[in-house]
Amino acid sequence: MGDYIITTNPNRCIACHACEIACKSEKNIPLEATLGKIVVLGPKMVNGKPKMSSVFVPCFHCEKAWCLEACPTEAIRRREKDGLVYIIESLCVGCKACIMACPWHIPQWNSETGKAIKCDLCMDRIDQGLEPACVSVCPTDALSFGRPEELSDKTREAYAHGLLERNLSATSVRL
Amino acid sequence: MKKHINTLCFMCSVRCPIQVEVENEQVISIRGNPHVPAMKGGVCPKGVAAVAALNDTQRIQSPLIRTGERGSGQWKRVSWEDALDYTADRCKAIFDTYGAKSAVYCERANLISDISKSFQKAIGSPNHFTHDTVCKGSINTACRSMIGYTDGQINADWTHAKHVVLYGRNVFESVEIKAMNSFMAALEKGTKLTYIDPRVTITAAKAHDYKMIRPGGDLAFNYALMNVIIKEKLYDAPYVKRWVEGFNELSRFVDPYTPEWAEKETGIPAAEIVSLAREVSRVKPAVVFHYGYRGSHHPTEVYFRRSILILNALMGSIESKGGLFIKKGLKDAGYKAGLRTFSSQKFPEMEDKRRFDGCGQDKFPIADPAHGVGFMFPHAVIHEDPYPIKVLFAFRYDPLLSNPDYNTNLKALQKLDLIVASDVNFGATTALADVILPESFFLERSDPLQMGSGLKPAINRRIACVRPRFDTKPMWWIVKQLADRLGVGQYFPYDTAEDIWKYQLADLDIKIEDFDETGFVSLSDKAIWWDRNDGINFKTPSGKIEVVSDLMESHGIPSLPAYQPLDRQPDAFRLMCGRCVAHTNVMTQNNLYLNHLVPENRLWINERRAEELRIADGDRIEVASGAGKGEMRAFVTDLIHPEAAFMLHGFGHKEIDSKRSYGKGVADALLQERLYDRIGGSPALDHTWITVKKL
Ligand code: SF4
Ligand code: SF4
Ligand code: SF4
Repeated sequence: MGDYIITTNPNRCIACHACEIACKSEKNIPLEATLGKIVVLGPKMVNGKPKMSSVFVPCFHCEKAWCLEACPTEAIRRREKDGLVYIIESLCVGCKACIMACPWHIPQWNSETGKAIKCDLCMDRIDQGLEPACVSVCPTDALSFGRPEELSDKTREAYAHGLLERNLSATSVRL
Repeated sequence: MKKHINTLCFMCSVRCPIQVEVENEQVISIRGNPHVPAMKGGVCPKGVAAVAALNDTQRIQSPLIRTGERGSGQWKRVSWEDALDYTADRCKAIFDTYGAKSAVYCERANLISDISKSFQKAIGSPNHFTHDTVCKGSINTACRSMIGYTDGQINADWTHAKHVVLYGRNVFESVEIKAMNSFMAALEKGTKLTYIDPRVTITAAKAHDYKMIRPGGDLAFNYALMNVIIKEKLYDAPYVKRWVEGFNELSRFVDPYTPEWAEKETGIPAAEIVSLAREVSRVKPAVVFHYGYRGSHHPTEVYFRRSILILNALMGSIESKGGLFIKKGLKDAGYKAGLRTFSSQKFPEMEDKRRFDGCGQDKFPIADPAHGVGFMFPHAVIHEDPYPIKVLFAFRYDPLLSNPDYNTNLKALQKLDLIVASDVNFGATTALADVILPESFFLERSDPLQMGSGLKPAINRRIACVRPRFDTKPMWWIVKQLADRLGVGQYFPYDTAEDIWKYQLADLDIKIEDFDETGFVSLSDKAIWWDRNDGINFKTPSGKIEVVSDLMESHGIPSLPAYQPLDRQPDAFRLMCGRCVAHTNVMTQNNLYLNHLVPENRLWINERRAEELRIADGDRIEVASGAGKGEMRAFVTDLIHPEAAFMLHGFGHKEIDSKRSYGKGVADALLQERLYDRIGGSPALDHTWITVKKL
């Protein structure tokens, strides 16, 4: 994802799709196109208990971007400063090579303009110090945006704090 | 230039605090108000979709007078002047013959309810009801009968609760963002959630323990819980001694209702009932048995809702940290006065005080007249009981799709001389109107201030973010214009929203500018709790929690009547209705994004029952009850109890102006029979038996 990553906390996600709708509405794209998609499994019964899980799938902003390499008009570019992969609309000829090349078919088709569109991780918002629309709208804070190293730090610390706290209370019980 | 405006959402009745980003009269984005931490900056999908609702060209764009048959969708665009004159002239002619009491005003309770009630008082009609009666009349009555407060005056301390028990209160789909986030954080810290529902929901999937109960079994389940709690002395004895009136009667009453007895009625193993009783009592009083949001399921509703409150009383959790609390207002925060209301002015004496629904009178002596008993409307119209009803003001409310028994309702509406509708969008009732007075969307209008009672009370403000897109007006303006033309304009001493705010704040040392930065004025920075040992101000005659209720007994209504077993119909399904996160009531089904997300309702049926009927997932089926029938598609699943069937509320729109939702799915109202709770006042929306067959 260039320098950034969006992660999903499936325990917090309530499958409300506000993330998708904010993206469609604020990027002003047709109803059928979904730049960032929340994929939900369940609720379904697993060993007699209802379970569900979900993961948000935006564009990954790959280091080796298949879409970029496939584009014959160089409409797809990578930002120097943070590696984000985006489309310059005026250069897109609507050949759909990027959609085919991307292993997950992540670029979308804008039937109104006849051009490809894709998740640019809301780079204008990032430049203003804001989080991407999908992340900022999520009512339960299920989505996190940041640099991979920050997120890894946060998760590790949260996990370890839990362990340590349990350790402490275990000791006090023994005392 | 970009502006950020703090206001109140109104895509659903929760009215979350939101921040709207506006540039050149266009709404760019909508987020949670950042000054309200529990919003976490987010909004639900309906909140986001408000932008699409604002710009929707399928909205009502100007005042309209009907030219064709009722429901034909043939309208004449008229000026406000003409629409208002027309309405007032017709009202005058009808009132001359039948009196102003022949006019019923219904609405979805909202920030202008105080003004609507004043309108009815000013013209001299006792007939006003809100949608609340259909949704939670019985919870309201249950609460007043036990603690002297309505359900709207209490809340749960989600943040500090250690164990929460929810009966179909689907908090993660029927969302109230602040409460949901506080609860989510509590769950992460180890709070337990027990979720009881015949149907698996998102909330069930987040619960530690989910119980697929037989539909209607909750009351038996609760009696058995009480049985265990009392037998094993698991209750909070000092609290019960201090605050509970009628404990001995209760002990005797629940004695026969053992877990083994309840197992047969509910399908929940006796051992599970016992272990739940023990588990919750270990963390008392930080326990919430949630009294629910919608409480209109079965004819015994008032007793079920009372049973939930009794469980809280036994846990000592009413007005306890982590339990339920009574909301605090201006006076509790040390202010001498409250917001000034229009409805407290002195109005002329009414000629005839009998209400169309007999609420607070002969028919429903203990239901709350502040909300009325709305589903009695068709009865009153058709039978002219207690007198002829001729005019309906349906203001931002759609009784036809919201109340049970669509066909009878339709007959009643057709019988009226005049239907005046005011709404943002077309709806089933709007489509039948004689005149439509279109309301501005919530992003386009300022409304009266809202008293936000709670542990930390505040006053909140909705303020216009953009200019109206079409020829629409705020409701307070429309009501005043009608009042002027009916000769009672003096009770509406305002011209602008600012005038209304000033009037409301007249007795307080709070200025309108105080709202500018955050959208609200906070009245207390610390949570206000009453001393649970000695300081709880229950508003019952005894000053206690009345398990044996004076309100009920004094009207000859038993507080603890013997349990009546549920009936069985092995070939039919008990129809349940409910919500999903995308839609609210009957108001959002035509929204561009929300319609795309959930375009129709399907009938959930258990896979075993479906197999017997040879129905496969996605098949077209006919669904029928004693009230009506319809065609829809089946959702075959193991996520629902075999005796139940479920459909989302709010579909089956037939107004041709709502092009996206037109003809999609079936209205639950079409199938729901006219069953109701004779005491609490709610219709029994989940009590109808339906049959299902493959088409
Ligand atoms: S569109 Fe596909 S290939 Fe291109 S950067 Fe995104 S994920 Fe990678
Ligand atoms: S907005 Fe958040 S909670 Fe809703 S679907 Fe997206 S990630 Fe899940
Ligand atoms: S829950 Fe959603 S629609 Fe309802 S008030 Fe809150 S943001 Fe608006």
